[in-house]
Amino acid sequence: MIGRIGRKGISFISEFGELTIFSVSSLLSLFRQRHAFEKLVRSIYEIGVRCIPITLIVGLFTGLVLGLQLYYVLTKFSSESLLGQAVALSIIMEIGPVFTAIMIVGQAGSALSAEIGIQRNAEQIDALQTMRINPLSFLVSPRLYAALICFPILTAMFDIVGIFGGHLTGVSMLGVDEGAYWNRIYESVSVKNVMDGFLKAITFGLLTTSICAFQGYFTNIKSRIPGARGVSQTTTRAVVLSSIAILASDYLLTSFLLVK
Amino acid sequence: MSDAFLEIRGLSKRFGDQVILDSIDLDIPLDSHTTVIGKSGIGKSVLLKCLSGLLTPDAGTVHLSGSKETLPQCAYMFQQNALFDSMTVSENVGLPLREKAGASKKLVSNKVHDLLDQLELGPAASKYPAEISGGMQKRVALARALITNPEIILFDEPTTGLDPQRKFAVFDMIRDYRQKFGFTVLMVSHDVPEVFGITDQVAWLDAGKIGYWGPPNDLISSPPEPLVAFLNPTLSTETPAA
Repeated sequence: MIGRIGRKGISFISEFGELTIFSVSSLLSLFRQRHAFEKLVRSIYEIGVRCIPITLIVGLFTGLVLGLQLYYVLTKFSSESLLGQAVALSIIMEIGPVFTAIMIVGQAGSALSAEIGIQRNAEQIDALQTMRINPLSFLVSPRLYAALICFPILTAMFDIVGIFGGHLTGVSMLGVDEGAYWNRIYESVSVKNVMDGFLKAITFGLLTTSICAFQGYFTNIKSRIPGARGVSQTTTRAVVLSSIAILASDYLLTSFLLVK
Repeated sequence: MSDAFLEIRGLSKRFGDQVILDSIDLDIPLDSHTTVIGKSGIGKSVLLKCLSGLLTPDAGTVHLSGSKETLPQCAYMFQQNALFDSMTVSENVGLPLREKAGASKKLVSNKVHDLLDQLELGPAASKYPAEISGGMQKRVALARALITNPEIILFDEPTTGLDPQRKFAVFDMIRDYRQKFGFTVLMVSHDVPEVFGITDQVAWLDAGKIGYWGPPNDLISSPPEPLVAFLNPTLSTETPAA
């Protein structure tokens, strides 16, 4: 039993080390290739632009639900005027970065993992190597930089739409004073809160994109089943591990940022 | 083994306890076609992957004859072509040049279109690999291999899964374009004896070692004892004219 736990622990540390080397090598390789800007723009479109609709929809509904839930909690303490503050801080510091990252993993991260996995199976990654093209700089690094740019922007969009969703429920439907809603947000939300949210978004972007690309890139090693089923297995694993990484790193970051 | 262009010395590769390549020595003459034959799973593709750098050999050297220089400019043709399905034919062919520092867009475009015309692929330039036939896909893969003017092309079972007619078409294509462009070929194939019609040398890989190396005619007329069992089922088949 102890031996098994030890082996699992060593395997986890070893995989984490491989992932770190993979991410750092990919990040460093972008500027050593041609047409880096062109590839970066294409990746921003894939990770960022294509995820805008889902981010806005989820942001709106999250704000709507949050407005409703918090209103009923706050009325118990006759503090419904604090609704704006509660909605804004919850979304900006916690829900915005986490939900946005999970949405992007569901849409772009799974696609990235599957695409690279299929390229591995179709020997396209080997083909790049035989053409003396670095597969990490060609396939992975533009996506990593695109994630660093897109995650905070999409998080900001989620935050804005979410706060408007809370306003829609609280002010338009339940009758909270509009002035109190906006004034509480203005008074309570600091630049640090917003920056902390963006820091989380950047961390999630780097972590999840690395995990998804890593799982796809080594699909032939990570999955015991070859072919399409192997790719499906590593894609699922990529999404699950990314979601766990988001929540675990969120806890660590929140602990660190709140203490600071 | 004289007048070698490429010298492979003591090349070894093992996976765990399994020895795949056991200190292989092989000479590839300049402008020749050498085919490595052998049973399935014996390590033919591993040999090519060690030569191309896709796998790191455990021991051994590969270098140009009489020099310390490692493997010259080489290209690799994969079994399933390994074309990028989201790129057009011309984008696929131009990829190695486009990613190479110093090649202008115009230069790449001109070279790609010249090569596509020479390989009779001009009309397919803007199509995606999925929109063209299997034979055309092979020619696109060959065009991509040729775009950097390689001195040697490694072919990994280029006729896998093809019917006899298409198999001969691929062999003819390799022979014709080798004569036209003048490159050295090292091919892995299990199409015995069909491949004897286009190859200059045959290397028989068995139990991790090269068991025979020489012209195919000698192999057919007087096969060495250990090779008889491997060739017997196929020698009665008619060999195509070169």
